[in-house]
Amino acid sequence: MAEVHHHHVHNQDPEAGAEQRKAIWKTFWILLIITSLEFLIAFTIPHGVLKVSIFIVMTIVKAFYIVGEFMHLKHETKTLIWSILVPVIFVAWLILALLLEGNAIFEAIFG
Amino acid sequence: MAAHVTTPGAVEPKMWLGGIEPMKASYGKLMMWFFLISDTFTFSALLVAYGTARFSFPAFTGKHEDFTFSNMYWPVPERVYEAVPFLHGVSLPLVFVGIMTFILIASSVTMVLAVEAGHRMDRANVEKYMLWTILGGFTFLGCQAWEWSHFIHGTDAGTVMKVIENGTWVEKTIFGANLTENQYGPPAFADFFFFITGFHGTHVFSGVILNILIFFRAATGFYDKRGSYEMVEKVGLYWHFVDLVWVFVFTFFYLV
Repeated sequence: MAEVHHHHVHNQDPEAGAEQRKAIWKTFWILLIITSLEFLIAFTIPHGVLKVSIFIVMTIVKAFYIVGEFMHLKHETKTLIWSILVPVIFVAWLILALLLEGNAIFEAIFG
Repeated sequence: MAAHVTTPGAVEPKMWLGGIEPMKASYGKLMMWFFLISDTFTFSALLVAYGTARFSFPAFTGKHEDFTFSNMYWPVPERVYEAVPFLHGVSLPLVFVGIMTFILIASSVTMVLAVEAGHRMDRANVEKYMLWTILGGFTFLGCQAWEWSHFIHGTDAGTVMKVIENGTWVEKTIFGANLTENQYGPPAFADFFFFITGFHGTHVFSGVILNILIFFRAATGFYDKRGSYEMVEKVGLYWHFVDLVWVFVFTFFYLV
């Protein structure tokens, strides 16, 4: 009975979780603004290392907000955060290594 | 003897020796996280393969306005994806894929609002936001179906390309793309498009199915009876992951 009463109280309280909802909408606006900026950059900055670097940084910022806020990882224990992050760091290395490999293949064929 | 030893052989509770949740997360939630890590590996493998192929192909080096489709170099993606439904022949680079990105981010927001409502045991709001999330998922899938259809059928004029057929070079007009022919560039470009966006679309589709299941169970009072809406949170993790993957696909397939 006590449990039922507890839930009932929460249903009636419009203020419950208000702060959390505010954080959710804030994250939404951040993601939307970054995506709009990406569009702006896509058509204003000439293609090159600078443009690609900006895009990669913006993608990582967006990933940080999605994983940190939406998936709540920022508020989990340190052990869980590192269990997820460490494998991803190795993946980042794999990406870099194989981009260099692709470039070496290009040099061997067309260089 | 110390007072707290009550049973012979009993030990003090230790962080990693059982009986404690060291990560302060339930079994189901942890398993969802570890599944998502394994799914990260699969998607990374696809994107890594894409990056390797792209770096080993010649890039288009001319002026942006002079770009034409050719299988001699990797295409500029914004010139490939410039079609929007009902606006035939109008060049609107990346507009449609931008709309798709917005739909997926918005559905991620409604998902996290459903999770938040679940924490308060607020069934009506869980139902409302799950429905919005399902609608967003279906809209995204519809957009993707249209984009695939356009990509497969190609432009009105097609592209004249020199390709090897039965061991000899022939010149022919290619319309659209499949796994062996591609009017926009090298066949590998189309293959990666189909595999990467297709694998992501399959994830969106499974996510929509899971969301419908969660909506059904919430609406029939299953989670009220159980006393916990944590299932919404677990499926929410999956849905956000699908959004996260799209963020990367959007950057590495469409923008750079």
